[in-house]
Amino acid sequence: MNMLLGKKVGMTRVYDESGQLVPVTVIQAGPCTITQIKTAETDGYDAIQLGFEDVKASRQKQPQVGHTAKANASPKRFVREWRLVEKPETEYELGDLLTVSVFADTKYVDVIGTSKGKGFAGVMKRHGFGGFPASHGTERKHRAPGSISSYSSNAGTGGHPKKGKRMGGHMGHRRITTKNHSLVSLDEEKNLLVVKGAVPGPAGGYCIVRTAKRPQ
Amino acid sequence: MKTILLDHVESASLKKETPHFEIGDTVDVHCRIQEGDKTRTQIFTGTVIARQGRGINESFTVRRIVNNEGVERKFPIHSPNVLDIRPIRSGKARRAKLYFLRERTGKAVKLAHRHSDHTVTK
Repeated sequence: MNMLLGKKVGMTRVYDESGQLVPVTVIQAGPCTITQIKTAETDGYDAIQLGFEDVKASRQKQPQVGHTAKANASPKRFVREWRLVEKPETEYELGDLLTVSVFADTKYVDVIGTSKGKGFAGVMKRHGFGGFPASHGTERKHRAPGSISSYSSNAGTGGHPKKGKRMGGHMGHRRITTKNHSLVSLDEEKNLLVVKGAVPGPAGGYCIVRTAKRPQ
Repeated sequence: MKTILLDHVESASLKKETPHFEIGDTVDVHCRIQEGDKTRTQIFTGTVIARQGRGINESFTVRRIVNNEGVERKFPIHSPNVLDIRPIRSGKARRAKLYFLRERTGKAVKLAHRHSDHTVTK
């Protein structure tokens, strides 16, 4: 498995070999610096820490500046850990650069990003409830959730709504993983990954790209 | 930066050069058609009534009359399935979108001929 940090550039479409138009998302991924190597002896688990996109040292807190300085790198804006589960790979060294070429033989990738925030959303938008009729006597309840509990067995009892009852609330701006995007192409010169389909988050949002865990 | 990178990705799918044709031209569009495992070329002939989009999204609309019934097809210019676009006759058009042709029937659908260097016939 491989992992890279990146930034969503935006969506476009390209033609594949059979002449079909494929909707794709362009991700600027890497080069990522290995800013720390964690081992089972020292940290309790095996992982490597990746840093993406340089930031001015004056804009970063001193501990962060010192942390990346150990890897002989400038401070990074986006830092995430990559847990080495299967086998602790020892070939990585502190300060190494990972580029999109790590995905050269990869067919499918998972992309993790932070979805666009929608603010406080009602049940129709947040959970796809049906709402109430527009007319036929409906007044001031067109997008209401309806009854949230009753005395019946499976809906919460005695005026206590069941835990996890779907209601209005904050929607979006949470970590989302979209799985099994086929990797259409990659550009080592410009550090670009072109994946099929939509990826969570806005253009310019940070994301994590990894080899698909369960490719179809 | 966003557009530069997206253009860069798109450029791999764009054709190096696209044939020159204008609104109002009668064109032969050679399209590749896949039938099972056989491919053949079909020619769609008609008047170019619109051209829209930029870059990889650019397409054009061709209208013709088949059995007294108007048929329009929209072709993406950069599609690998559009093998060739050959303008054969230039028509006189004073606007970019010739949607008014949709209301016309019979002889009125034919645009007045205009001499132009890019069309094959004199």
